[in-house]
Amino acid sequence: MKRGAATPLARRRVREAWALIAPMVLVLLCVAAWPLGRTIWLGFTDASLAGAGDAAFIGWENYYAVYGGQAFGVLVDPQWWRSVGNTLVFTVTSVSLETVLGVLVALVLHQRFPGRAWVRAAVLVPWAIPTVVSAKMWAWMLNDQFGVVNAALEGMGLIDAPLAWTADPLLSMIAVIGVDVWKTTPFMALLVLAALEMLPRDIYEAARVDGIHPVRVFFRVTLPLIRPALVVAIVFRTLDALRVFDLVYVLTANSPATMTMSVYARRELIDFQSAGSGSAAATLVFLVIALAAALILTAGRLREREAGS
Amino acid sequence: MIARAGFALAVVLIVAVSIGPLGYAVVTSLETGSALFTPGLWPETPTGTNYAAVFAEQPFARNILNSIAVAGGVVGMSLTLAVTAAFALARVSFRGRGLLLGTVLSVSMFPQVAVLSGMFLLIRSLGLYNSLPGLGLSYLMLTLPFTVWMLTTFVRQIPKEMEEAAIMDGAGPLTIIGRVFLPVLWPALVSTGLLAFIVAWNEFLFALTFTLTAETRTVPVAIALISGASAHELPWGRIMAASVIVTVPMVLLVLVFQRWIVSGLTAGAVKG
Repeated sequence: MKRGAATPLARRRVREAWALIAPMVLVLLCVAAWPLGRTIWLGFTDASLAGAGDAAFIGWENYYAVYGGQAFGVLVDPQWWRSVGNTLVFTVTSVSLETVLGVLVALVLHQRFPGRAWVRAAVLVPWAIPTVVSAKMWAWMLNDQFGVVNAALEGMGLIDAPLAWTADPLLSMIAVIGVDVWKTTPFMALLVLAALEMLPRDIYEAARVDGIHPVRVFFRVTLPLIRPALVVAIVFRTLDALRVFDLVYVLTANSPATMTMSVYARRELIDFQSAGSGSAAATLVFLVIALAAALILTAGRLREREAGS
Repeated sequence: MIARAGFALAVVLIVAVSIGPLGYAVVTSLETGSALFTPGLWPETPTGTNYAAVFAEQPFARNILNSIAVAGGVVGMSLTLAVTAAFALARVSFRGRGLLLGTVLSVSMFPQVAVLSGMFLLIRSLGLYNSLPGLGLSYLMLTLPFTVWMLTTFVRQIPKEMEEAAIMDGAGPLTIIGRVFLPVLWPALVSTGLLAFIVAWNEFLFALTFTLTAETRTVPVAIALISGASAHELPWGRIMAASVIVTVPMVLLVLVFQRWIVSGLTAGAVKG
């Protein structure tokens, strides 16, 4: 098929193509573009979700406003900034841990050993469990009085008194990160494993014949070869972690110590019934994630150019 | 020898950490009363009381049917819309194709909370608040972008000779899709459809926001909202029983279709 050939047949093909694409585009305009636009607009109004018909435009007041020498708005709310900080801590820590553990698990699964198919299946289990369910399962295991985790730690003599995993500010953040790592490491491991399996085996043979230490082989040969797949997996996980909601909300509810940007925006919108400031916060969440995506894409392009020159 | 023992230990550890928590949930779900509060690894006197209670105390069977109906509908809608679009996106080159694909992919990066208030108004204005079709509609934002993306990748892998004969015969695009593509594309449809099903089955934020009554809730919301006499007395046995009921079919599904799911995930991520 010649690109841009303007024969009548080619033009008909293009027309048909648009007709086939149109329903999909139309649906996405309705369920993605329109709601997003509406949210951004609501952020500039004093709307409440109960009676959104009589919303008035108030400019930037949901973001920042000064009345009688006092500043109001999402941008001066300390809890908003704490949520941003929590989200960043959560994202950086959990994605780093998932990457390291995912690569380790993938390396183990890449070996040949009896029962490998079963182990691979077992690794998929955390990924298959709905997030709400895994949050509840871990909430029970981490229960301060009756949880099996505290019982095990006490049994091993590691702690003297039960720990309040989901109440203590530091511990609850550790718990949220831990459960996320448990749940999403399989995704990372699977993608890395798929990349490992595409590598030619003879590289390893050659390295083994030369007597090179396996750790050296990993850092010099394997890691550079799987890097493209690893980068894609990390990007997916990072953008996913920045919008985390289910896990945090079910495990620690609206606790300020673990509140993420998404939990903050939902609380404003639903619990406080403030469609205006809630939508403003939601718009900020969108901007943060769009910014992260743009940064990642630009970094990728720059690196490609460096590698190309 | 030490290396082999270490490797075996790593394998055992990986398996234990992966399936241990689900196993413990099963144990808990079989216990009631004081047995629940003594952390043991085996139920002393297993009982099915919790399972019966889950269905008696709330419309849990209804919640399961709701989840199946919404997820099934979403899969059907997504695949229908995506397969025709994927054919055009993979096979016809036209101006703006790359931009369109990029835009579609960027929708899958949307944080759900960013569309929450707009989606709420959309669903309410259509008169679909607190209804399953309304919920299904909102899920298309989550499933459609990646189904289009994945199916486009799969269609690209099909040799072009396959449809060229049909084009020569003057067959229209819908005939080509139906007669030429669907027969070879079904493994791709299975893996894409499964991933869409899982996304819709697990979704929580939209379901929590766009439904109101116990009868229209989906399973994740129903489980999250199981509560006891007070906030400090959660009925853990029941919560775990409900969790096991919805998780076991999901785990079996994933294990049976393991190969398809992995090929779908890697097509969506690695080759994309």
